[in-house]
Amino acid sequence: MNIKEAEEQIMEEFSHFSDWMDRYNYIIELGKSLPVIDPQYKTEQYLISGCQSQVWLHARYEEGKIVFTADSDAIITKGIVNLLIRVLSGQSPEDIINADMKYIDSIGLRDHLSPTRSNGLLAMIKQMKLYAVVFKAREGR
Amino acid sequence: MSYRTEHIRAQFPILQQQVYGQALVYFDNAATTQKPGVVIEALAAYYEKQNANIHRGVHYLSQKATDAFEETRSLVKDFIHAEHRHEIIFTRGTTESINLVASSFRKAFLKPGDEIILSMMEHHSNIVPWQMACETSGAKIRVIPVTESGCLDLDAYRALITDRTRLVAVTHVSNTLGTINPIKEIIATAHQHNIPVLIDGAQAVAHLKVDVQTLGCDFYCFSGHKMYAPMGVGVLYGKEGILNALPPYQGGGEMIKNVSFERTTYNELPFKFEAGTPNVGDVIGLGKAIEWLEQTGIENIAAHEHELLAYATRKLEECGEIRFFGTAPLKAAVISFLISDLHPYDAGTILDRLGIAIRTGNHCTQPLIDHYGIPGTMRASFAAYNTKEEIDRMMEAILKVKQMFA
Ligand SMILES: Cc1ncc(COP(=O)(O)O)c(C=O)c1O
Repeated sequence: MNIKEAEEQIMEEFSHFSDWMDRYNYIIELGKSLPVIDPQYKTEQYLISGCQSQVWLHARYEEGKIVFTADSDAIITKGIVNLLIRVLSGQSPEDIINADMKYIDSIGLRDHLSPTRSNGLLAMIKQMKLYAVVFKAREGR
Repeated sequence: MSYRTEHIRAQFPILQQQVYGQALVYFDNAATTQKPGVVIEALAAYYEKQNANIHRGVHYLSQKATDAFEETRSLVKDFIHAEHRHEIIFTRGTTESINLVASSFRKAFLKPGDEIILSMMEHHSNIVPWQMACETSGAKIRVIPVTESGCLDLDAYRALITDRTRLVAVTHVSNTLGTINPIKEIIATAHQHNIPVLIDGAQAVAHLKVDVQTLGCDFYCFSGHKMYAPMGVGVLYGKEGILNALPPYQGGGEMIKNVSFERTTYNELPFKFEAGTPNVGDVIGLGKAIEWLEQTGIENIAAHEHELLAYATRKLEECGEIRFFGTAPLKAAVISFLISDLHPYDAGTILDRLGIAIRTGNHCTQPLIDHYGIPGTMRASFAAYNTKEEIDRMMEAILKVKQMFA
């Protein structure tokens, strides 16, 4: 699945929810079903700052694609991370760098994108794109 | 005594509004309180009728503005029962008051190896200025631990005092735990060793009657915005003797007597510490807030808040699975808790959507939160206008949170 398809799938899932409560219930579900991260990566080194909850993000490069795994101590944050991973994990650095992430807006999580929000969604996206930039630069050498 | 909350609520325009289509429940009063109409109107009236720079003009408006500004100094003096008007210095808030003392105190008194005693429950603004003072002076910080229930360990405090202790700085009321500290005793102990004491009164002044002469503290700091006054104005009270012994904090207009390139002499108290054009409009707003507090009666407000605190504590206990942080026998208007192991951010996000404004996180007391080994707390803090019905709404919301995360 490419980024666009993954985004469309998520937008389709969210299109069934009429109110915020259903959306959050789903995000909580997504939080609970986020694939577990290898505990060795739950260290200071992988911690993303700028969040009220802690978020650990790990990336590895496999055959031209970046595989992200992550965890958080807050379930809603985990759900939101899951939404990012479903779209960005397994994609090429080039595609990750170019992803516009507009789907976040259309599934009603726009609030979470504002830089003043303490959940650090913006910080997570930035970190994921930073990994992509680094892997791309290494590949080019 | 009849305390009519509806009557008080009606005086706060912001409380009439809705968030996400529901009546707002505002339980983040420890962060900042809402402002009564009289304070808001005083601000507008100042800019409509009085605005002028003060202490410098002979003209009519400048005189009027100066009078109103200095009148507030008298109101503050009476409000905390200081001995002299010139012991009241206007600042931007508690943070600036503490920075002023830390900076000037370091210049006058701190040497390598000296010690400052703080407590584990201090707000960052009563930690970081002292760390900065220590960095440049070579002094060290000693920390009074807290007990399980969130009280200061007074035996440990006494043991921390040495002949190198230069100052004790503690909070009157903890913004995270609600604990009312026995500061009178803490001050008396320090004074037996001739050590001055600074009290962070940010969370106290709107909730209990403060008398700086009875307490005996050398410095007392607070913010207007946590006591129904505008943001951007605060107070440093200092005893005349020690204020005179401190060098100025900032340089500029107002704080000087004579300026030449060879030699400048400084003005007297309080102007020595009020460099530049002060925040006249907000200071006048602070005066209005003090009048409002005194008309409403701090004792009445305290009794009302105490009832809310007891009610909320009981409701949360009945609800089950609640972990309380701060169960001191003497508490003021703050209740900190977690819903079993649920992250405060998760709970706070849902409460917000249900129209309940509480605070989640470390409340700028990271050392204290780390001491408890938790990611933060959920904090509900009450003010004069809150009601039991609002607590009931918070409890309904907490039930919903429990269901959602079950
Ligand atoms: C105990 C305590 N001290 C100091 C402060 C800092 O006050 P301000 O931000 O108004 O300077 C606060 C407010 O957050 C507080 O609760």
